[in-house]
Amino acid sequence: MAILEGKKVIIIGDRDGVPGPAIAECVKTAGGEIVFSSTECFV
Amino acid sequence: MDLENQKRVKEFADEFGAENLVVVLGAAEGEAAGLAAETVTAGDPTFAGPLTGVQLGLTTYHVCEPELKAEFDEAVYDEQVGMMEMVLDVDDIVSEMSAIRDEFCKYL
Amino acid sequence: MNSVIKGASYVLVHTPEMVVYNGTTQTTERVVNPESEYLKELRGHLRSYEDCVNYWPNQVYIGNAHPDELAQVEFPYFDKKKEGAERYGKYGEIMPEEEFLLLVQACDMFEVVKLDKNFVSAHKDAFAADPIITEDIVSKIEEGYELDEIKHFIENEHAEGLYHNNELVGCVRTAHDIDVNLSAHVMHENLMSKASSVLALLYAVRNAGINKEDVEYVIDCAEEACGDMNQRGGGNFAKAAAEVAGLVSATGSDSRGFCAGPTHALIEAAALVKSGAYKTVVVTAGGCTAKLGMNGKDHVKKGLPILEDCLGGFAVVISENDGVNPEINLDVLGRHTVGTGSAPQAVIGSLVTDPLDRVGWKVTDIDKFSPEMQNPDITKPAGAGDVPLANYKMIGALAVKRGDIDRKELPDFIQKHGLTGWAPTQGHIPSGVPYIGVAREDILAGNIKKAMIIGKGSLFLGRMTNLFDGVSFVIQANEGNDAAGTVSEEEVKGLIAKAMKEFAETLMAE
Repeated sequence: MAILEGKKVIIIGDRDGVPGPAIAECVKTAGGEIVFSSTECFV
Repeated sequence: MDLENQKRVKEFADEFGAENLVVVLGAAEGEAAGLAAETVTAGDPTFAGPLTGVQLGLTTYHVCEPELKAEFDEAVYDEQVGMMEMVLDVDDIVSEMSAIRDEFCKYL
Repeated sequence: MNSVIKGASYVLVHTPEMVVYNGTTQTTERVVNPESEYLKELRGHLRSYEDCVNYWPNQVYIGNAHPDELAQVEFPYFDKKKEGAERYGKYGEIMPEEEFLLLVQACDMFEVVKLDKNFVSAHKDAFAADPIITEDIVSKIEEGYELDEIKHFIENEHAEGLYHNNELVGCVRTAHDIDVNLSAHVMHENLMSKASSVLALLYAVRNAGINKEDVEYVIDCAEEACGDMNQRGGGNFAKAAAEVAGLVSATGSDSRGFCAGPTHALIEAAALVKSGAYKTVVVTAGGCTAKLGMNGKDHVKKGLPILEDCLGGFAVVISENDGVNPEINLDVLGRHTVGTGSAPQAVIGSLVTDPLDRVGWKVTDIDKFSPEMQNPDITKPAGAGDVPLANYKMIGALAVKRGDIDRKELPDFIQKHGLTGWAPTQGHIPSGVPYIGVAREDILAGNIKKAMIIGKGSLFLGRMTNLFDGVSFVIQANEGNDAAGTVSEEEVKGLIAKAMKEFAETLMAE
């Protein structure tokens, strides 16, 4: 069973890892519905 | 995890149902990924945010984990994450994330 | 003609009490979890001033050790002591908190800073003994107030306390009864930023060997905002700090761009000088109290000292080409645009390889890259990784992709073209600029020819856009000083002699 398809997806990206919008681009291609995307910053 | 983000996660769980949500992370290190995963499953381990003591048990993955990667369009993943994946310690991230999932995820 | 980097300064202020009272990690914790273990343990993890001075990365920051020396120190750094460490370095100093509070009072133009009489008399001589502190600044120190008066302002008028060794020694009062933009909290934050910027300006002028009157423009690129309720970010930190530093011929303005701010400001300064608008421009920034102890919870949990216990400041003097100092090359500017996106490879491509493509350079033509020089001692235990190293891996990967280096050369590339981070996590402070002082000297000494300074900023934190940001520029050896590029006096004499000889020979032949 797919993990993302048909699911509501929350994205917590990281400024020094993978930022939110980059994850969002990927999630869209897997049929996930993005309800929230944020990018955290530790520096 | 940022307190505002914790609040939003909690609101979405209330609104859509925890079983319908997936949290995708982009943390730079295994430990940070594990802490974020713990926050949205077992509750905020730092006892600071709205998810303190809240066991949502949400399904959560790091964007670089193979199970998730398999679902993405390969070209898009390559363009958006490909190079960062080379920089990150994916093995460490996978081991931290699977440990949390095995213990706390309720909807796998 | 390109502008040149005439000099740079780097200062730190050890502020352990502000970690406790003003760092947002701690102030937030006091709101949400006042009885937490973290707050109870925090004070036991604060470093002494001596430990802060002896800390390797801090000594590199103020110029008492080269980054290459730090790279040889076994990681982690917090449990190592730099032998021969000193308060003063060639770029600046590490000022203790008690002296800094006097500087803050001297920087206050609206009588909001009130210091305890006994505290002032105990530390005024030490403050005045700092060689960079002018008599003019010392003369602004007030005699001080009774402690009861200070307590009254805190208990009844919302003043923010100022502390030394866990004792109340003063306060910052509100500058307005209703306006939150002039609250004691905001005034405190802004005055600390201003005072540390003043310190950086004083050292920058000294280090560049210029007169204070030579400075025509100052750009402040910190991350604070000053203004009142009708213009929250009105400014102008730059001119306010220039006034205290005695830069009488200068005007100035503030430039903002999160952590990328300093790199934006340096490009602006270089452009202002190259265009002829101003002959000498100083880019300056003070420190940020909010970020003190930002990752403190992780540090305490892992038994480390609170490593984010210093305000950071820097200033860079940009002036007309003197034929000697390294130039800022405005033909090789990297920029993250609205259309770039936030994929890490797109970001680093826009900042590093795109500008090189425009002038036909290889990645290896740049001897050193200075992306974000965060000290990994601070970021690794906090789960943010080694930020400079991650950047170098990506730059190296791009170099492989372009065919500039072979995949096998990647580890070597990172070592040769990279640096180990030493900057405090003060937001804008680590962003590319900590290397400028070192780069200037290494270029002058002929050790390297070109360095790229890269600033990146998280604009999304302002909740105005989801965009990322960044800009970059290249510092290079002055062409007037580059033996390969021009002809020396000796060579000119030789050429004339040769021409005379040839001329004489043709005459003889006739």
